[in-house]
Amino acid sequence: MILSALLLQAGYNAALVSLGAALLGAAAGAAGAFLTLRRRALMSDAMAHATLPGIGLAFLAMVALGGDGRFLPGLMLGAGLTAAAGLWAVQRLSRQLAEDAATGAVLATFYGAGIVILTLIQGLGVGRPAGLETVLLGSTAGMLRADALVIGFGGAAVVAALWVLRRPLAMVAFDPIHARLMGINPRRMDAALMALVLAVVLVGLNVTGLILIVALLVTPAVTARLWATTVSGTATLSAALGAACGYGGAAISAGIPDLPTGPVIVLLAAGAFALTLMIRGHADG
Amino acid sequence: MSQIPLDVRDLTLRYGDVLALDGATAHFPKASMTAIVGPNGAGKSSFLKSVLGLEAASGEVRAFGGPVADAMARIAYVPQRAAVDWSFPVRVIDVVLMGFYRQTGLLGRIDRRFQAKAMACLARVGMQDFARRQIGALSGGQQQRVFLARALAQGAELYLLDEPFAGVDAATESAIITVLKGLQAEGATIIAVHHDLSTVADYFDRVLLLNRHTIAEGSVAEIFTRDALARAYGPSLMLAAE
Repeated sequence: MILSALLLQAGYNAALVSLGAALLGAAAGAAGAFLTLRRRALMSDAMAHATLPGIGLAFLAMVALGGDGRFLPGLMLGAGLTAAAGLWAVQRLSRQLAEDAATGAVLATFYGAGIVILTLIQGLGVGRPAGLETVLLGSTAGMLRADALVIGFGGAAVVAALWVLRRPLAMVAFDPIHARLMGINPRRMDAALMALVLAVVLVGLNVTGLILIVALLVTPAVTARLWATTVSGTATLSAALGAACGYGGAAISAGIPDLPTGPVIVLLAAGAFALTLMIRGHADG
Repeated sequence: MSQIPLDVRDLTLRYGDVLALDGATAHFPKASMTAIVGPNGAGKSSFLKSVLGLEAASGEVRAFGGPVADAMARIAYVPQRAAVDWSFPVRVIDVVLMGFYRQTGLLGRIDRRFQAKAMACLARVGMQDFARRQIGALSGGQQQRVFLARALAQGAELYLLDEPFAGVDAATESAIITVLKGLQAEGATIIAVHHDLSTVADYFDRVLLLNRHTIAEGSVAEIFTRDALARAYGPSLMLAAE
């Protein structure tokens, strides 16, 4: 079953989901490369956890409007709004606190609020909340064709945008003062990078889930960095690793009932990192 | 001298309660090579950063006859031991290529012409054999030369350097001074924060003595005197406001 899924022979839907997950992995790997080079990895974790209250609120809003609350673009819109609010909160708190403390505080607060809202929803008996919690750990099992297309196109769009912005993103990450003197606006570049990472987080909600998307952003990137000598090399290799993990993870979880997709993808990525450390760990620091 | 490369008036910069610059004024003629000299904490680095708009200083800065923001393409800056992540995955040649960003932009192809130009910049600082090395694998002096090569790639007419000779080896020091004198001969204007008083007269033709405000500026022969140095560095200066 796993083998047939890996070989795209487990049916049209499963194949589509695996390819969508591969594109998500590529987008996460490429975005994660720039994110880790800019030293903002933890920011993506806060952002991902801050999607949860938005998902709950979007569900309630859609039920109030007469739907069943499971329309994916609607959930993504809500998730995006609270994630952006979380990002704003981190930046605002960073004026008074160290950035890591601000990130931790925002992450826990938004996540806690999200869990409370989701729990209340389960007790309300409205809409079709069953399975809403799959956004935590991801599940490709019940994924619709339309969902897979959203994920695939979203991932491809992120990769394309990163390719266009690769030079200024690299320059800001390497030497922001020089970038500024060369006419690049570092704050605008950081905002663009955060928007692209947010897109990855939203697209990844159904695949890895919000708790583990950070691993797909960071693990392939740090693995690639141990092999590559240039920024574009790091991003390309990271994208390839992410794609392989996304593809493999979706296929494996499709083959084993009830196995969430996120953890499988993350373990594959961690395996590649462990292997790299064994081979390259002493080569350079 | 219709368009003076850099004209600075009344530059004042405050960090909280600390006055880093207090009305510094100076002008830098075309094809001159000026050392900015002064005691620790005199605001020498702040002066360069304020000129470039990297610090929010008050005062008037005009470059080539207009606002400095309009002349950024003609100005290159070499920071003091660039505050970059030395483990960053970037090769020497890639760092130099970043100096062409105003020409290549987002999507312009970096073709062989740019590669060749970057190699020529590296050759000028004696680093052509290191083009494929990781930036982190170089010594401090070699890194400084690569950042000078990146500035050369910009093809600027005004060069601001913050302690280019601090903590570098003798080979680097002589390579850098040769490049700077070559640039001056081509008509470029050089301004460098400099801490080694013994080499000022050999390397530079003008001096700006700075201690938060301008103590004196002019040719080395006129300004670089015992009396002026005493005024810049002496303890009595901390109290006296001329």
